[in-house]
Amino acid sequence: MSNILQLSDKHSLSVERLTMAFPHNDRLLVALQGVTLEVERGELVCIVGASGSGKSTLLNILAGLDEPTAGRAHVHGRVALMFQEAALLPWLTAAGNVELALELRGVKRSERTEVARELLHRVHLDGFEKRLPHELSGGMKQRVALARALAQDADVLLMDEPFGALDAITRDRLHEELERIWTESGLTILFVTHNAREAVRLGDRVLVFTSRPGRVGHEVKVDLPRPRSLDSPELAVIAGRITDRLKQEMVD
Amino acid sequence: MSATELAAGHLTRDVVETTARPPRRMPLLRVWSWLWPKLAAVALVLAAWQAVVWSGWKPDYVLPGPGPVFRRVAQDLGNANFDLGIAITMRRALMGYAIAVAIGSVAGILIARIAVLRRAIGSAILGLQSMPSIVWFPLAILLFGLNETAIFFVVILGAAPSIAGGLLSGVDHVQPLLIRVGRVMGARGMSLYRYVILPAALPSFVGGLKQGWAFAWRSLMAGEIIGIVSHQVGLGQQIQFARDFADAEQLVAIIVVIFVIGVAIDSLFGMLDREIRRRWGLLGVEA
Repeated sequence: MSNILQLSDKHSLSVERLTMAFPHNDRLLVALQGVTLEVERGELVCIVGASGSGKSTLLNILAGLDEPTAGRAHVHGRVALMFQEAALLPWLTAAGNVELALELRGVKRSERTEVARELLHRVHLDGFEKRLPHELSGGMKQRVALARALAQDADVLLMDEPFGALDAITRDRLHEELERIWTESGLTILFVTHNAREAVRLGDRVLVFTSRPGRVGHEVKVDLPRPRSLDSPELAVIAGRITDRLKQEMVD
Repeated sequence: MSATELAAGHLTRDVVETTARPPRRMPLLRVWSWLWPKLAAVALVLAAWQAVVWSGWKPDYVLPGPGPVFRRVAQDLGNANFDLGIAITMRRALMGYAIAVAIGSVAGILIARIAVLRRAIGSAILGLQSMPSIVWFPLAILLFGLNETAIFFVVILGAAPSIAGGLLSGVDHVQPLLIRVGRVMGARGMSLYRYVILPAALPSFVGGLKQGWAFAWRSLMAGEIIGIVSHQVGLGQQIQFARDFADAEQLVAIIVVIFVIGVAIDSLFGMLDREIRRRWGLLGVEA
């Protein structure tokens, strides 16, 4: 990214007045307008917004996949990005997918097998190393994708609705595992979702995005003790307030 | 996530999955279920053929029945000259095809990578594929004379566009998401090609290889039948000889041999294709 922003030590990710517009049928479609946010090192921040609020666009810019129209985005250190689909390379086994990330990072051949096994162990996939993606369930695929993201040894993990397509129980378990891995590793995580409960379940802070154009409309600090339960009344109250906000945005 | 969602009974598959693979069906049964429809088809064709011969539509020195033809095939295969003919034809086919694969692959990658090249000749590749190969032979003979170079020229012109086209359409249809994943992992330029784009294009490339083989084989037969290299007698030329001597039994016997070779090689490609599609997860549920 060309725009280097001076970061204070405690910030791992910083976005300033970021604007992104796409040409669309002779018009400019403004996906993001003047987005400003900061994430501290080791923080888990959730962005919640309706679809079309430019959340994915923001992550793509942060991952270096797209260049913003205006403004600055800076990430301190290496970035990994997880998508809603696991997007595993279908011709590689679970271990092979993780090993490729290691190889592209420059890990020596002799160490890759062992490191990949260890990473798959961290996401509870022992014994599934040799499976091909189409032989895995949706939840398992996302676990492999998580292991692959961890293999990049990133400082910042961007997650774009990674559990959106999973069933409730699998999602619940993956929340626990993500929280555990986050606590152990000290990763900085920016987690995008359209589900207010999921955002409150995971985030230290929740940023509520407005739609068309996307902006940070509101910020909620979540002070509930961890681990949180999706079904706890305290969580439901906070999530309810966020949902009300989202609904207001959509009416406006 | 609401309680109703949970109560709806979305049972996670993670819970029931085990590391064991489903048991394969008995190998003999698999072979049989693969074989019997083919055997039945062969039997039907032979029966129809025999029926036409028995009907007396043509005298049997023009249209011989399956019995004499297969006796002739067996006899031919025991004949050193005939076997040499097969060897000559196969050598030409494999050499021409190998060169076509090399040229087609390189051309495919270059056209895929260089936008100007694609705009310039991308559609010409498709046009070349639809050219009947026999129209090239007069030009090939003028350019190279009556020799194998002329045959290779036409075989390559027949096969290389299919191979390049298969690679090109494979590269074009790589899921954009996979490319983004590759880039997030740090793959750029050549490494993105090596680790993501080319493997993703492989199923389509194999399709191109298969089609390229079919074109190479047809071009070669056309070249041999019009007698380009008369001192080294391949299968195509032996067909022409059989016609010249009005030896219908020999003629049909050679057709059978050419057909069997074609089917055998095609089924090799079929196996390769299935194996790749299985591994790539494109087959769906294993039948």
